[in-house]
Amino acid sequence: MIRLPFVLFFSALLFSAGVYGVLARRNAIMVLMAIELMLNAVNVNLVGFSAYLKDVTGQVFALFVIAVAAAEVGIGLAIVILLFRNRQSINVDEVSLLKW
Amino acid sequence: MTAQEYAFLVLAMVGSVSAVAVVTARNVVHAALYLVVTLLCVGATYLVLGAEFVGWVQILIYVGAIVILFLFGLMLTKAPIGRDTLDNQQRWIGAIVGAGVFAGLVFLIQQAWPLQDASKSYGSFSGSTAVVGDAIFRSYILPFEAISFLLLAALIGAIVLARKDDGA
Repeated sequence: MIRLPFVLFFSALLFSAGVYGVLARRNAIMVLMAIELMLNAVNVNLVGFSAYLKDVTGQVFALFVIAVAAAEVGIGLAIVILLFRNRQSINVDEVSLLKW
Repeated sequence: MTAQEYAFLVLAMVGSVSAVAVVTARNVVHAALYLVVTLLCVGATYLVLGAEFVGWVQILIYVGAIVILFLFGLMLTKAPIGRDTLDNQQRWIGAIVGAGVFAGLVFLIQQAWPLQDASKSYGSFSGSTAVVGDAIFRSYILPFEAISFLLLAALIGAIVLARKDDGA
């Protein structure tokens, strides 16, 4: 018996920390970590509502989100390593080649 | 307050503190280790909520695979230490936006599910492996195949991106 608002508050805090991390970090890997925090917030919500509604669908979609997050980290780190190989830096504010 | 609620609150507090530590740590390796604590706490909250399969998958995939990938990435790139090299100049705007998002979400949650209203509590739902597997392979087989294909494409894409160009 866990009240739903507790789950939602936890998820909101994880998501806000992720938003702050994406906006404040320069290191591309730290930005990816903050994105993982936000994806986890979504998963907490999905599992919480799955228990609240007594329906397994939320847990299935949480598994799908975990799979997409794994794919995202794989591609993201490949891009980061490619960036480091070409620029010797992974600071996102120095990567402005495509910005007019 | 039930025993499960106390367990959930302890796990959520540890997870929240380490989540904030992930985005404020001055050392990138420390941030990755705080991320491990956060992900373990999130996985444990899934177990407390009754979603045992998702909980163990969370611990296996996130702590076992994704954080290891992050640590490899940190070791393959130079890992500078210190707030000025890790954070950009818009840190304060980011803090305001993050706090605003949190305040807005808390307000909306409080509107929809008032914390004082104990009648809106619920019993935990058993998401055992059998139930979850039945749902995936009966109702959600097409999304499951799409996710498999996405993972394969991401795997090939990561290899293509990260390999060295030798005369290609």
